[in-house]
Amino acid sequence: MPRYLLSAHTVDGQAREPMTDEQMQHSWAEIQALEAEMKSAGAWVFSGRLHDADTATVVRESGGEILTTDGPFVEAREHLGGFYIIETADLDAALGWAAKVTRTISAPIEVWPFADTAGG
Amino acid sequence: MATLIRIFGDIDVAEDAVQEAFALALRRWPVDGLPPNPGGWITTTARNRAIDHLRREARGRELSRLALPVDRSDDASPGEVGPVQDDRLRLIFTCCHPALSVEAQVGLTLRLLGGLTTGEVARAFLVAEPTMAKRLVRAKHKIKAANIPYRVPSEAELPERLRPVLAVLYLTYNAGTGGPSGDDLRHEGIRLARILANLMPDEAEVAGLLALLLLTESRWAVRFARDGSLILLRDQDRAMWDRTMIEEGMAIVRACLRRNQPGPYQIQAAINAVHADAASIESTDWSQILALYDQLLALAPTQVVAMNRAIALAEVQGPEAALAIIDDLDLDGYHLFHATRADLLRRLGRLDEAALAYARAATLAGADAERAFLLQRVELAQSATER
Repeated sequence: MPRYLLSAHTVDGQAREPMTDEQMQHSWAEIQALEAEMKSAGAWVFSGRLHDADTATVVRESGGEILTTDGPFVEAREHLGGFYIIETADLDAALGWAAKVTRTISAPIEVWPFADTAGG
Repeated sequence: MATLIRIFGDIDVAEDAVQEAFALALRRWPVDGLPPNPGGWITTTARNRAIDHLRREARGRELSRLALPVDRSDDASPGEVGPVQDDRLRLIFTCCHPALSVEAQVGLTLRLLGGLTTGEVARAFLVAEPTMAKRLVRAKHKIKAANIPYRVPSEAELPERLRPVLAVLYLTYNAGTGGPSGDDLRHEGIRLARILANLMPDEAEVAGLLALLLLTESRWAVRFARDGSLILLRDQDRAMWDRTMIEEGMAIVRACLRRNQPGPYQIQAAINAVHADAASIESTDWSQILALYDQLLALAPTQVVAMNRAIALAEVQGPEAALAIIDDLDLDGYHLFHATRADLLRRLGRLDEAALAYARAATLAGADAERAFLLQRVELAQSATER
């Protein structure tokens, strides 16, 4: 069955209203409920939320030497904030989950097919 | 072709196989005579060819296993009409999947359902053939890599999924209205709309689109002067309008009214039906047209719709009221906006300003298919975000 990466992006400096504890808890509960739904549908493979981009580190090879630098690798305003890996019958089913995720976390979701499972 | 794409789940395999089957037919038919069911012969031959190819390829093993049972059962059936029609419908929805760009949607539809060559599709949208070829390859790769399914969407998904399908058919038709040439694209747009209307008789907007295209096409013969310049509706020789198309279009509009599930295409068709019903521009029922535009504006609140509503308002309340609306619109890059403004200014006797507006319209009007296409995309984008 094809696998998809659903990635959620956060924008640097886009200061959202800081959430109250109550809001935070509500949003957390919603995310948990969605994850449970994915698991019971057999779609969930893995998921995770990431720290801010300024905690990332880049490791690269340069002239045979390993170079470690402060990250992230791509200097952009948008960074990966979290992701899901799901397994569904086709793209439409994956888009259906993406719609639920974006409603829950109110950030746009990119849906990427995995190269090794789709046969393409 | 649609059937083969369903069976093999691979557009390239199906395309190659069909080409080979036609080549074989060219060699055989003149010698052996025409088979009893030429369409079925092509499908069966292409399917067998494709299976041969897939068998030779290791990665095709799984696909050819899937294809074989269908091969057996279908050989005996003479008609193939039912499944072929269903496959075509599936393919329309795949080509017009919202995960593909609008350009790719139109290109794929014309290539795979309209049977146009890549070169013809490229010329229709005024891009170089390699550019269009790349666009199509990329789209086909995405269909495969992302597993965009071949199926008719469920009832719940249908409204969202039907919208791009209708937009693609509408764009196809409109790509053929850039000048006196472009007959193939307009006819293809109507043909595909008719197929879709037959396949989905319960969808009022599909019928509405077909009616809109027929009523627009009915005026085609008198839309351009000999020198290629546009003839306005008010100056057209109405005796030259195609009555057969008008009657078919009007009958659909009446059926839509009875159904009472209005949508943007049906309303635009109704507006065109009012024009088709009038003996002259003066005897046109403008208040009815204005009422229809009010309804359209509520459903699709775009600047271009607001502009067209103002044109109707000018006929009901006079040019001054219309100009007040027009001047508030942000359509500076649209040649018809300046042409409309110019016409209203002329009627108000503000001739200097009118001349300036006409000049601006003329500068902007390349009136080529690409420009019209781009404008419609803007409109499309607007209606997608504003709704």
